[in-house]
Amino acid sequence: MKEIILIKNGELALKGLNRMTFEDILIKNIKQSLKALGNIEVKRAQSTIIITPHCEDFPFKKALDRVEKIFGIAAYCRAAVCEKNMEDIIKVAIPYLEESLKAAKTFKVEAKRSDKKFPLTSPEISKTLGGEILKNYHHLKVDVHNPDVVVTVEVRDFGAYVRAGQLHGAGGMPVGTGGRASILISGGIDSPVAAWMMAKRGIKLNAIHFASPPYTSLRAEQKVKKLLSKVAAYSGAIPVGVVPFTEIQEAIANNCPEEYFTLIMRRMMMRISQRIAQNSGSMALITGESVGQVASQTLPALVTTDKVVDMPVFRPLIGMDKEEIVIISRKIDTFETSIEPYEDCCTVFTPKHPRTNPKLEAVEKAEQLIDFEEMIERAVEGTIFETIEA
Amino acid sequence: MKRLIYLDNSATTKPCPEAIQAALEAMTEGFGNPSSLYELGLAAENIVTSVREELSSFLDCREDEIYFTSSGSESNNTAIFGAAELLCRRGKHIVTTAIEHSSILEPMKRLESKGYEVTYLLPEKNGNIPLDSIKNAIRKDTILVSLMAVNNETGAILPFELVKEMIKEKESPALLHIDAVQAFGKIELVPNDFGADLVSISAHKIHGIKGSGALYVKKGIKLPALILGGGQEKNLRSGTEAVPAIAAFGAAVKALTPIKQRNDRVKQIRAYAIEKLSAFDNVVINSPDNGLPYILNFSFLGYRSETLLHYLEGYNICVSSGSACSKGAGSHVLRSMGLENNRVDSALRISFNSQTNEEEIDILYEALVAASAKLKKSVR
Repeated sequence: MKEIILIKNGELALKGLNRMTFEDILIKNIKQSLKALGNIEVKRAQSTIIITPHCEDFPFKKALDRVEKIFGIAAYCRAAVCEKNMEDIIKVAIPYLEESLKAAKTFKVEAKRSDKKFPLTSPEISKTLGGEILKNYHHLKVDVHNPDVVVTVEVRDFGAYVRAGQLHGAGGMPVGTGGRASILISGGIDSPVAAWMMAKRGIKLNAIHFASPPYTSLRAEQKVKKLLSKVAAYSGAIPVGVVPFTEIQEAIANNCPEEYFTLIMRRMMMRISQRIAQNSGSMALITGESVGQVASQTLPALVTTDKVVDMPVFRPLIGMDKEEIVIISRKIDTFETSIEPYEDCCTVFTPKHPRTNPKLEAVEKAEQLIDFEEMIERAVEGTIFETIEA
Repeated sequence: MKRLIYLDNSATTKPCPEAIQAALEAMTEGFGNPSSLYELGLAAENIVTSVREELSSFLDCREDEIYFTSSGSESNNTAIFGAAELLCRRGKHIVTTAIEHSSILEPMKRLESKGYEVTYLLPEKNGNIPLDSIKNAIRKDTILVSLMAVNNETGAILPFELVKEMIKEKESPALLHIDAVQAFGKIELVPNDFGADLVSISAHKIHGIKGSGALYVKKGIKLPALILGGGQEKNLRSGTEAVPAIAAFGAAVKALTPIKQRNDRVKQIRAYAIEKLSAFDNVVINSPDNGLPYILNFSFLGYRSETLLHYLEGYNICVSSGSACSKGAGSHVLRSMGLENNRVDSALRISFNSQTNEEEIDILYEALVAASAKLKKSVR
């Protein structure tokens, strides 16, 4: 018996004339994600993508774990390939579905017949296979309204498939259909979640991390790379730039009023990020901020921060509570890494009483106490890039 | 690459050539399983036996009182859970200190959750545990007193030698466990002399390799095992013996120079370091004067431990921070000594070996001078 993976597109089907392009990107992402697992063929048929392994011992479980993380997929499942006649469909289905059917009390059969030349109609297929299942599994009853298991038979132009149930996909849009943006990542709980949310809508990711040795350690940098690797399981490989930030942080701490430390630091980060983002083809910046979470994330503080860049800054977590963010970070498996306790650039030189309602003019005046331009230049030039794979 | 200045010998030590050679031989020639019946197995068993002899002669105890484990932590766990289970019908009270290693404190927490009562003795401001407090804590239903011989962060030497007398005086059935991981090979330590029932030691703190520790169990005490299986180590610790690490343990013990003359040299180094550090007006020494000479804990006020540590790393100097990080709670040892937050947050521990020299201390001093000039003081 041969097995395949069937994939149902999500909202892609709605995209009219662009659909082919979107599907092409999804297929490319699927191939990229599964390429290390063995030789596979990926083709499309109507709104379904079919993955056929061309190798012995294809690791289906691993493949499904990866498919689960690919954006742009509404549902997916394993299915058995049958010849296009009722006898073979029955011969394959009865043993193939054993595990699911034994675990169930009720079932129904659904048939989808896109090959209208097939001699039986859809209701006839359902009825025939349903009868055979009842003969072989005596404990089962048919329930067309609320069955434990839905057995599906698909008869297509080039073959027939049988499967039991299907799983929810990651949803969203295929990564690469929505342009590129750069996430500012510190190592906390929020930024990986923000990155994931943008990738879900098809955005390709770059990352920017600020390192301030010796105030921050190499372990903090490694932690960020580990987080990106987890996000990359969903978004594909992420190029990250590590910005040398010590000089600027020291300059701020030595020259500016303490209450503005964090704000000025954020503004410096934004300026540097915009330049790096422009150099790498990003159209926007992404941060993990949510309104009011900390002093630098009050609305006035965010507005003051954004004044230094022309690029749009997306904050997908803006209206979320910490608990809601934590739920996602657990789901995407970044939480445990995020809470590893290493000093990051955001916790160095934290003022005792930061400004929560800053005036733009005051911040600008405080900033003018030093000439940052050359330092920003140096930080951008000293940035070291690396690509993080899943 | 700048020369490595390794001042973190309480974390681990560099394996000595003898230990490396012994481990190598155990991996190449004596790689058999000590439980195997043929000659190759016997050869491996003989390695383990000879190290047991080496340790028993060093601790002046019987060979059958030495049990190999994977680490000091495992020895501590085995001792505590074993003693608690063994004597649970005699009482549910345990005495220990607040400055023990986490491999003591965490098992204690587990026992508390299972209904045991644990008294944690607090140190004085200099890190010493007052004798009276130990005596007052011991009761008739105390079943275990667990005390470290030397504190790993400050080097404070605890009055472990006097505890057995107190237990007797109080007519308590308590066993006495000594965590001697930091003390082993650095102070004279003969379990029988001071009446210890259980003593934990570890190889990699004395230039052995990681993966080998031992527990001294006084003859006659039938400790229940943590790890069950093939019955190795007379059923106390199943699992195939880590022969290469054990071989290295024996070689490292054999290579130890006489304690007195070695400690005299280390004392000189420690005194030299204190003298150099006294040039900084922001340095406060946290170690007690009469502590183990191998360990010196001080605070470099105004700078965070972790920042300093990484700055020194730039000079290829390895030291340990008192507290892991500002997000953590800081050192539980320094905190329980009642030190102020700024002192806890800026604590560094340097720890020596007999080869540490004045030149290395000079390099540390220069690096700290540079740190004072270069680093921004933390505003917290």
